[in-house]
Amino acid sequence: MTFTRREALGLGAGAAVFLATGLRLDPAAAAAEDTMKMVMEFAGGQEPAAGKITLSTPEIAENGNTVPISISVDSAMTADDYVESVIILAEGNPNPGVATFKFSPMSGVAEASTRMRLAKTQKVIAVAKMNSGAVFMDAKEVKVTIGGCGG
Amino acid sequence: MASAKPRVKVPKTAAKDEVITIKTLISHKMESGQRKDKDGNIIPQQIINKFSADFNGTRVFEVDLEPAISANPYFEFSMKVPESGKITFTWVDDDGSTYTEEKSIEVTG
Repeated sequence: MTFTRREALGLGAGAAVFLATGLRLDPAAAAAEDTMKMVMEFAGGQEPAAGKITLSTPEIAENGNTVPISISVDSAMTADDYVESVIILAEGNPNPGVATFKFSPMSGVAEASTRMRLAKTQKVIAVAKMNSGAVFMDAKEVKVTIGGCGG
Repeated sequence: MASAKPRVKVPKTAAKDEVITIKTLISHKMESGQRKDKDGNIIPQQIINKFSADFNGTRVFEVDLEPAISANPYFEFSMKVPESGKITFTWVDDDGSTYTEEKSIEVTG
């Protein structure tokens, strides 16, 4: 297939317009914004601090249908100092919500593991809320070879 | 889905105030509501939406599940054992059914 000079220029202009609109309507950016909104809602409007919580994920997930993840929060887990809940979010999934773990002083340690679905390579976020109201966050990038949302 | 079968692994005995690890698994397809059948119709969501563990009637651990949890939901978590007693595990399905499992643990020494 060959293009005349005029056709080639037209195509280029079209592609440029497409790219420009594509950037403005980037669905990934919208999802990240949605995810941040969910984080803020969970955190009660506070900016989550780094530290205390550790999110462990594989660096590369061969199968997005079952990605093992675990969280661990540094806390004494006593009646007046414990982790209330931890929310897991995946910003590249059709819906960012994954799970909310609710702990109690009887948990002994604030650790939990599960298996989740990831639609594509993306950032997974974990946010912990202490009974004092303090909020901590950790995030990990997971590369997904085969997405796990059916279709 | 009446075929959901829970499986739980809890040590039979523990020292007083020992922190034990509990593993749970339930067979469930966790239909995400994102998949389509071969005619292009969306298969409606049906998942386990809540899991909880109680020790002698006190809530120890609870999870709110979203469709992003894998089929056959698996959880591993901890519990501090204050005394001998019974741990009750409950899973709640989107269709309203609940599945339960019970394990006893004995404090020795």
